[in-house]
Amino acid sequence: MNYNFRFNALLPYTEEIIRGIGVTLQLTCLTMAIALVIGLFVALARMSGNRALRGVARVYVEGIRNTPLLVQLFIVFFGLPSVGIRLDAYLAAIIGLSINVGAYASEILRAGIQSIRPSQIEAGRALGMTAGQTFRSVVLFPAIKAIYPALASQFVLLLLATSVVSSLGVGELFHQAVFIDSRTYRSFEAYTLITVTYLVLTLAVRALFSLVYWLVFVRRPRA
Amino acid sequence: MPLVEITDIHKSFGKVEVLKNVSLTVEKGEIVAVIGRSGSGKSTLLRCINGLERVQSGRIVVDGMEVTSPATNINALRERVGMVFQSYNLFPHLTVERNVTLALKKVRRMNSEAARDVARAMVAKVGLADKLGAYPDELSGGQQQRVAIARSLAMQPTMMLFDEITSALDPELVGEVLKVLEQLAREGMTMMLVTHEMNFAKNVADRVVFMHQGNVHEDGPARDTLIEPRTPELRSFLSAVLH
Amino acid sequence: MIRELGPNDIVYLLEAARWTVALAVIAMVAGGVLGLVVAVLRIVSFKPANWIAIGYINIVQGTPLLGQLFIFFFGLPLFGIQVGAWEAAALALSINASAFFGEIWRGSLQSVSPRQWEAGAALGLSYWQRLTSVILPQAVRISIAPTVGYLMQLVKDTSLTALIGFIELTRASQILSAATFKPLQVYGLAAIAYFVICFSLSRLSEQLEKRTHAAR
Repeated sequence: MNYNFRFNALLPYTEEIIRGIGVTLQLTCLTMAIALVIGLFVALARMSGNRALRGVARVYVEGIRNTPLLVQLFIVFFGLPSVGIRLDAYLAAIIGLSINVGAYASEILRAGIQSIRPSQIEAGRALGMTAGQTFRSVVLFPAIKAIYPALASQFVLLLLATSVVSSLGVGELFHQAVFIDSRTYRSFEAYTLITVTYLVLTLAVRALFSLVYWLVFVRRPRA
Repeated sequence: MPLVEITDIHKSFGKVEVLKNVSLTVEKGEIVAVIGRSGSGKSTLLRCINGLERVQSGRIVVDGMEVTSPATNINALRERVGMVFQSYNLFPHLTVERNVTLALKKVRRMNSEAARDVARAMVAKVGLADKLGAYPDELSGGQQQRVAIARSLAMQPTMMLFDEITSALDPELVGEVLKVLEQLAREGMTMMLVTHEMNFAKNVADRVVFMHQGNVHEDGPARDTLIEPRTPELRSFLSAVLH
Repeated sequence: MIRELGPNDIVYLLEAARWTVALAVIAMVAGGVLGLVVAVLRIVSFKPANWIAIGYINIVQGTPLLGQLFIFFFGLPLFGIQVGAWEAAALALSINASAFFGEIWRGSLQSVSPRQWEAGAALGLSYWQRLTSVILPQAVRISIAPTVGYLMQLVKDTSLTALIGFIELTRASQILSAATFKPLQVYGLAAIAYFVICFSLSRLSEQLEKRTHAAR
């Protein structure tokens, strides 16, 4: 092998990489927030008494879960303009990602809502707690605790999945690899460095989620 | 020579001493009920006898085989000592018949036909001849437990260990399982059972062993011991379970 | 040269979809074999083997598949191994799949109740007999549904190989979309093709899940 690996050729692009990390984290957090709102409504729709509403929600969830994110993004970014909806890449990315993650979030939230046992609510009221206190301590808190691990891993999956929107030209972390590659012709080094950066990010995010879990649910178990 | 000879055994889980210097013998054909509060070490004692738990010190000899010796082939011992658990532990992926034939074929090296004959006889004995083709999740708890007993009996054990086998059952299903045990008792099977069924212990067992804080606290003929306990600990235990 | 979307184009997409399926099958087989190794390394009672498996799983599951694809695509030629998009795609997907299969199967094996080991022991079955007659059959049953479920993910993951230029369903859609200027219809058709494949798999997984007799 006569190839000289030159990772220091990437050194001048530190600023781009840091900017990419910022965009990636921003995309991830924004998408997660919107997806949770979509997911909540869809979860409620799937459990509603209205058959039509249940049907629509089911079609949405199945449609999203059975098709690739990349194709969904292409439909939003390249397809919608042909019906007059023109979005810039960043907005298309947020919309495409949120619609995608919303479907998965709705399944997690549905499981969380179904984990609530009515007997617990009765027990809470029987102990003389107010409706609000009962809701907070026997409904919301245990439900969040139950779905927290699934939401945390969904967040990590999303963080990794945002790399796909580089194909729309959004300047997130993976796009910086494409950019650095085009400037330095150091393809292997550029993609390796960026991939390792994702690894560091996911490890950090996982550690953060574990810490929060410990602080909120383990160290101080509330009544 | 007694069938089971336990001498000064000691068992701890981490820092918790579960058995402290327990000694006990069981004669062939004897039916011994082991009673005591939860945490008194009675289940652990049973599990030590067929080597599911290893003791830290002391000696257990069953049917001439030294359980506590590393040289003993523990699987050969377990063939001779049947055990039934509180949670049935049937193999859920196998039908009733194949639950019973598995060990016959694998351990006893019986051919399929002979194993099937034994299985049919044993399952009929516990009154479930019509359930041979059923899967465990299609049976009630009482039925599953009877299959578990049949599975053990099929190996023609020298003795049987029963670990709280009716504790997980709905009250109306306890009777059918106890009836099987009574039948075994009549046939002269050597049995050790950890149980909370005091009436059963009084009427069927020959002997009662009361475990308290990791020791054999009282040991005597079933009827006398349960009707007139000698120690205040057994008296308070009995009044707690009977009232 | 702009033209209408015709039957030939649909045939073109379906032909490309064969590569999607082929890629998924290769990753399933190669990833499955490697995944078995990962699962075994993960559960044997030998700490260094566990660490290697955990490290491998963390690296694969902690990095984007897109990055893995590009690293193999650009990296292997540097080591004198000439690969096209097809080989790089197959390799990256297989390695990616192996980590997921490894975790699914380890989980299945460990979710068989330890009491099943005990019940086997109490009947005098040897360790090997307990493993092969009692534990593995149940673990396999438990793993079928999540394994088929993951295959669905694998099919969707193959779409990313379009970005290193491998012509499967998604890349073919890009090409067709550029030729016809009908992106909505073309990507819509691609989505339907993916849906048919994935939905059949998820149905299969639900069917299989209903037929498990296993103790967890």
